[in-house]
Amino acid sequence: MKDFRVTPIRNGTVIDHIECGMALKVLRIIGVDGEKIHSTVSVLMHVPSKKAGWKDVVKVEDRELDPSEVDKIALISPRATINIIRDFNVAEKYKVRLPDVVRGIVRCGNPNCITNLSEPVEPEFVVECKDPPILRCIYCDRILENISDHII
Amino acid sequence: MATSKRSYRHFDNSEMRNMSTFRNSDIVSIRDLSKESIEQIMDLAERMIPYARGEKKTRVLEGRILANLFFEPSTRTRLSFESAMVRLGGEVLDVSYPLMTSVAKGETLADTIRMVESYADVIVLRHPHEGAARLAAHFSTKPVINGGDGAGQHPTQTILDLFTIRREKGKIEGMNVVMVGDLKYGRTAHSLAEALALFGAHLWLVAPQNLQMPKETIKEVERLGQKPKLASKLEEVIAEADVLYVTRIQRERFPDPSEYLKVAGSYRIDKSILREAKKDLIIMHPLPRVDEIAPEVDNTPHARYFQQAFNGVPVRMAILLLLLGVDVNEGF
Ligand SMILES: [Zn+2]
Repeated sequence: MKDFRVTPIRNGTVIDHIECGMALKVLRIIGVDGEKIHSTVSVLMHVPSKKAGWKDVVKVEDRELDPSEVDKIALISPRATINIIRDFNVAEKYKVRLPDVVRGIVRCGNPNCITNLSEPVEPEFVVECKDPPILRCIYCDRILENISDHII
Repeated sequence: MATSKRSYRHFDNSEMRNMSTFRNSDIVSIRDLSKESIEQIMDLAERMIPYARGEKKTRVLEGRILANLFFEPSTRTRLSFESAMVRLGGEVLDVSYPLMTSVAKGETLADTIRMVESYADVIVLRHPHEGAARLAAHFSTKPVINGGDGAGQHPTQTILDLFTIRREKGKIEGMNVVMVGDLKYGRTAHSLAEALALFGAHLWLVAPQNLQMPKETIKEVERLGQKPKLASKLEEVIAEADVLYVTRIQRERFPDPSEYLKVAGSYRIDKSILREAKKDLIIMHPLPRVDEIAPEVDNTPHARYFQQAFNGVPVRMAILLLLLGVDVNEGF
C-alpha cells in the first residue's frame, strides 16, 4: 500500500486489522465519538488486507489505550492488532487478547438477569471462546448475543 | 465477601470425591456438580428415605437453622425443604412471599442476604430473577441453595428427578428418556437433559417445533456423548420409552388460543396413548400439573409423579447434611 491515504503519526496508537465495518464501534470504545476529541483521529474503512480480504484501521494521535479498552476491542474484533507509535516508530505491537473472564466491560443481554438490577456487582462473563468471542454470564448462565450492543 | 466459600462454576471432580469439600459450599447450578458429587448426594438420599418417611428418627441438625427466603411462591419447594430440615431435627425460618416483598422493598438482594445470613446456617433462595442465587452465594458466607431463580436453574429439582429415575429403574445409564412438552422455555428441562446425558441416558425430545429444546442445550448434550432424537409426535416414540418426563405447555406461549389447544391436546397423556407403552414405563412430572396427565393415569402402574415429589425430601435432606458438614458416616 504505497499510496497510503493517511500520513504516518508521530506518537499515538494504530489499531490495525479491525474487522471490516467495526471501525465506528472502535471509535465509540475509545471515546472519540463525542466532543472530547483533543487529537487527530484517522479512520480507514474497507482497506484491502492480505490476511482477511478487507479490514478497518483506526489511528489516534497522542493517545495510548487502557487495558479495558483493549479488551473491549477484542470483543468486537478478536484479530485486531495494537501498534503503539513513538516518534514515528512502532514502539510496541501486540494482538488484542481476551482474558478468560471479563468483568465490568459488557452488560448481560438477559433483561431478567440479576446483574441488570441495581445490585452492587459488576457483570461478569466466562469467555468460552475467544474467536469468535462467546461469553457466558456467570450469574444467569446465558450466552451473550450481539456483544457489540452490550459494551458498557 | 465470601472468601472462605466455593461459589464458582465447575468444581474439580477429584476434590468433590471427598465429602468434606461439600461443607459450606453452595448449590447454585447443576453444572457446578460433577457426576460423582451428584451420585454422592443420591447415595446419601437413599439412606435418608426411612427418615424422610418418619420411620426412623434423628436430631442430627438440632440447633441448626435454615432460612427459606422466597421472593415468589413455590409451595412444594418450600415445604419439602422445610420437611427435610425438620426431619433432621433442625429449625426453619420462613421468610417467604408475600412477607419478603415488603421486607425487601427497595433493598438490594445483596443486603437482604447479608441480613438473613446472620440469622441462619443455610439459606434456600427462590427468586424471580435469573442469576439471583449466584449473586446470593457471592455475598453470603453461609451455604446458599438455589430453590429456583427465574427461568434459570433449580438444581435440587434436577437431582431429585435423577434420583427418582435411578430408584425406580435401578439405573440411569442406557435408559430411553422421553421428555415431552415445553422444552424451550423451561430451563429446568435444559438442566435435566444435560444431567441425563452426563449419566448416559438416551434422550428423545418431543415438542411442538416452536417449543423444541434450544440448540445450545442440544449441543451440550452432544458434547456429553449423547445424540438426542427429536420428534414432534409422542405416538412415534412412546413404545421405546423407559421414562416419560412430562412438562407443562403454558398457554401464554401461544398468541393464538386455538393453536394452544391443538398443541396441548396432542401431548395429553391418557390411557389410550399408554396402550403402546412398555409395561414398566414410568411417568414423571414436576408438579403441579394442569391437564397434561389425565387423572385416569394416576392409578396405573406407570404413575410416579407423587413418588417423585416425595423424593424431594430425602434429596434435600442429603444436601443439607453435606453442606452443613455433618459426618454422614456416623449416626445413621
Ligand atoms: Zn446474566
